[in-house]
Amino acid sequence: MPESTRIVVNGEEISTQPGATIAAVLASRGIACRRSVTGDLRGPLCGMGICYECRVEINGIPNCRSCQTICEPGMEVSTGGG
Amino acid sequence: MAAEKKCFDVLIVGGGPAGLAAAHRSARAGASTGIVDDNPALGGQIWRGETPHNKSEAAKWLNLPRTHVEILTGTHVFHADARSRTLFAESRLANFELHYNHLILATGARERFLPFPGWTLPNVMAAGGLQAMAKSGLAIRGKRIVVAGTGPLLLAVAAYLAKHGANVTMICEQASFTRLVRFGLGLAAQPSKIVQALGLRRDLAGVPFSANTWPMKAKGNGVLQSVVLSRNGHTQELACDYLACGFHLVPNIELLALLGCNIRNGFVEVDEFQKTSVENVYCAGEPTAIGGLESSLLEGEIAALSATGLQDATGALRHKRGKLSSFATRLETAFTIRPDLRTLCEADTIVCRCEDVVHGRLTPHPSWRAAKLHTRCGMGPCQGRVCGPATEFLFGWQPDSVRPPIYPARFESLAFVEHELGA
Repeated sequence: MPESTRIVVNGEEISTQPGATIAAVLASRGIACRRSVTGDLRGPLCGMGICYECRVEINGIPNCRSCQTICEPGMEVSTGGG
Repeated sequence: MAAEKKCFDVLIVGGGPAGLAAAHRSARAGASTGIVDDNPALGGQIWRGETPHNKSEAAKWLNLPRTHVEILTGTHVFHADARSRTLFAESRLANFELHYNHLILATGARERFLPFPGWTLPNVMAAGGLQAMAKSGLAIRGKRIVVAGTGPLLLAVAAYLAKHGANVTMICEQASFTRLVRFGLGLAAQPSKIVQALGLRRDLAGVPFSANTWPMKAKGNGVLQSVVLSRNGHTQELACDYLACGFHLVPNIELLALLGCNIRNGFVEVDEFQKTSVENVYCAGEPTAIGGLESSLLEGEIAALSATGLQDATGALRHKRGKLSSFATRLETAFTIRPDLRTLCEADTIVCRCEDVVHGRLTPHPSWRAAKLHTRCGMGPCQGRVCGPATEFLFGWQPDSVRPPIYPARFESLAFVEHELGA
């Protein structure tokens, strides 16, 4: 197993520990996941795939739950969507 | 994206303790078994991050015989058709049509959330949610964390966080000290639960615990900075990096409701063999009652024995299960949410986080249905899983009937269902 997995978040390459979820990586770095319908920043709430607050875009696919997605090498993540 | 069709004698939804116990019994009976779970790995929330390779209790159950059990993780069921005994599910990269002879639903529970000003700030998380995040790589060492809400989960979460280097500033339990003592003493009939409680003591040494205490407001500019507590009638503000906040558990019954299983007082009705009111559909674990780990394991085993024609072999398991049956009721009594928590919201406090519906827009409405129609409360991606239990507590609203898809699904997955069912 590699010592770290590199992913790209909002255009910036970052290294993550193997097995980490995207939500955990974002929260550790203080990056919010999305904007609410009235424009507030939001991060994960339930941590188990129920609340959909941790939605981000992964490899061009919008509305992916980052708390249920393990980082894979080269994954491209964009935050701040609706 | 191709749809994969699979057929199982016994199909299990939920890979927590109840589902894993069911999978073991089903495989041992020689049935072709499938187990589906939305999470990236089996284990449920309680065993998240555990592996089948160590000597823990979790490892024993996580080690499924792969020859008889097909595991579909990262896959969530969004539709079901009881008549043709089919579930429809999707993963990030595929969709599935899953046929079964017997279906065991072990869908677990989620935390109950109650809104208060500031609860939508980033870094205000569920109690179990923060623990799940920590197990999934969130850095918590040295972080100041207030754990608040109600229920035994708060202690387990605080112990985990403290053990892993977090600075747990305070555990705030809204229940009164009297109720907690009554609950604690009542546990004498169940020694293993006491051991469980004692097992946490070492990790919780030095962590302040305060009953009669609850969060009134989370403060911060774009991100959480502090929490204002009501503590024994006084207010106190604590600076923190995270607020881990949950108000006991509510069962995940949406799939059972969609299949037409009888639901009473929010829980699924089962007989002593874990059969629901729908033929060939069984239920085990938290959707039948919030009874904890031991009950869930036993119910999973009983359900699988019943499903594989070994109903006669369930006697000892049912006896053990019966002994634990009062636990759920006593939990519910000890951790009843006090009415004071209904008064925390201000008019502009968000209640439905998906659609940003504030408290003041909900108060004129007489029912959940009316509120949904007029404000879109509960109509977002979580489908009311967060604000439904909250509005039930705040306004006494009862949930509507469940309609498919029970989770947001991709368009091609829905089109596939339409094609298959001719709906």
